Amino acid sequence: MTKDRTRFGQYGGQYVPEILMPALEELEREYGKARKDPGFRQELGEYMRNYGGRPTPLYFARRLTEKCGGAKIYLKREDLCHGGAHKFNNVMGQALLCKRMGKSRIIAETGAGQHGTATAMAAAVLGLRAEIYMGSEDIARQEMNVFRMKLMGAKVHPVDSGSRTLKDALNEAFRDWAASVESTYYMLGTAAGPHPYPAMVRDFQSVIGREARRQLLNREGKLPDLLVACVGGGSNAIGTFHPFLGDKDVAFLGAEAAGEGLSTGRHSASISGGRVGVLHGCKSYLLQDADGMISETHSVAAGLDYPGVGPEHSLLKDIGRAEYVGVTDREALYAFRTLSEVEGIIPALESSHAVYAGMQRAKEMSKDQVVVITVSGRGDKDLDTVIGLMGAR
Amino acid sequence: MARIREALAGGGKLICYITAGYPTPELSVEHALACVDGGADVLELGVPFSDPVADGKVIQYTSQKALENGTTPHRVFDLAREIRSHTDVPIVLMGYYNPIFQIGEGRYVELSAQSGVDGLIVPDLPCEESLSLRQRCAAGGLDLVQLVGPTTSAERMRRIAAASSGFLYVVSSLGTTGARNALPVGAAAVVRRARAAAGDLPVGVGFGISRREHAAAMHQEGAHAAIVGSAILQGMIDGASPEETRRLVSGLKG
Repeated sequence: MTKDRTRFGQYGGQYVPEILMPALEELEREYGKARKDPGFRQELGEYMRNYGGRPTPLYFARRLTEKCGGAKIYLKREDLCHGGAHKFNNVMGQALLCKRMGKSRIIAETGAGQHGTATAMAAAVLGLRAEIYMGSEDIARQEMNVFRMKLMGAKVHPVDSGSRTLKDALNEAFRDWAASVESTYYMLGTAAGPHPYPAMVRDFQSVIGREARRQLLNREGKLPDLLVACVGGGSNAIGTFHPFLGDKDVAFLGAEAAGEGLSTGRHSASISGGRVGVLHGCKSYLLQDADGMISETHSVAAGLDYPGVGPEHSLLKDIGRAEYVGVTDREALYAFRTLSEVEGIIPALESSHAVYAGMQRAKEMSKDQVVVITVSGRGDKDLDTVIGLMGAR
Repeated sequence: MARIREALAGGGKLICYITAGYPTPELSVEHALACVDGGADVLELGVPFSDPVADGKVIQYTSQKALENGTTPHRVFDLAREIRSHTDVPIVLMGYYNPIFQIGEGRYVELSAQSGVDGLIVPDLPCEESLSLRQRCAAGGLDLVQLVGPTTSAERMRRIAAASSGFLYVVSSLGTTGARNALPVGAAAVVRRARAAAGDLPVGVGFGISRREHAAAMHQEGAHAAIVGSAILQGMIDGASPEETRRLVSGLKG
């Protein structure tokens, strides 16, 4: 009975308790109708432009390019999106869908707090109620985002089970949804989870790649040679890559969190360091032990600190369409500081992984080539973490 | 393959769940056997998993403790074999899909059968995803018990019941496993709907069933069996001896 529409190759699917299956069917049906409805698209477009500040700029990073001495580096500035990250794109789409479906309560999980913040924002502007599950470890390292969520009227539930990070927040959100599925919309924050989430979140995030494509064609009269984005669950990356899937000469590079190093086991690089498994509704690369128990993960970037990855990335990896590399905490911090110093842009620690990988690659490329790095979010939320790590004052 | 069906035939039956390996592997065997002595008609043995999304606090806790004391899926096969050496009561393994996928569906079925296990329940493997495991179970002589719940439509229920073997597991109410003070509202209705869809397949109802009167009410509605887990495990968390577990189960059975 396995249906291909729920999968990307062997990846994806709907590995959830039966209680949730009818809700996933309903979501798929309603999303299918909404995406074909000009009224829905117009309303979303309106929020994207006038509330979210889209299109975000595609900025030619002259000084970073000079520093690297290779390919031209452009930055897709999702950090300038409302709320300070690409999370807005997905959340606004899903919140409008939730409203259309007549559900008044939204639940969401959050790691760094960016998805939780975006959810709180979208719920506030549409008059919906939001409750956010967040690991208590993440609450401790993202105090500012917790305050932002509360300020916008969301309720934040600390999660104390397991590693007290994003994976455990997802577990709790799933449990809440199993109890509240008839009245509650589950706002999944990345392009993972059971079908239709991976495809739906990708569609909403694809605005990143569509804009970048148009902007670069205007600016350079050609397509980029390489796209670079960070990959935790992988929503900003798939949103960046997807509109270029058919362009064979455009290469994709995903930067995973190698934490303290892939060989230490203290990392979150699911594709580079994991095996295929099933968690949170989908089959994909997964960090796990020999018995299939899910591993505790580590990254300096809370938003990448997750043992799984979106199923479409697993397929892109297997067919060789995209390449995935690990970037360590230390390397991400170097890129965080470099981009701040040479461009006056403070990237999120998550995005800093992409910046590092993009800089390394640009150095090896020729000057007539173009690299586009997606800066998925801004780094203000990370200043406490960085102060602690750099000893900077 | 008919052992579970036969054990539930006639109704008024009790299925007891405990987490394999809790509080220790050895003691979990003693408690399982105490459930049988107390009158359990089928034993449901939980295979501990790191991320049990369908479970409430009690089973999350016992699973975590069981993992901490080294209860891997392979160890669970050993425990099942140990239980089987003492009793003929059917044993069903309740475990999440990833460990099954890692061992390999075929190998998992083979190891289960070799350990005297009669069937599997996989709470995160809905009908749409279970075809290949179903085929492997059928080939290996195991039942694969499928679940339905309050949100399952009549049409879906018929489809799932047709795919289920051993019995049809009815989730009494929305939410996760765990004792509730009152019998969940709507439990009777979902049991009646499941009975209508199940034909001659027995129906077992679980989630929130913790007392003798709950079980009796479910039998009254036509469920062949009541499934009790968290209430037994809560007793064990509070320090119950195997003899106290036996008395608790005996009280549930009435």
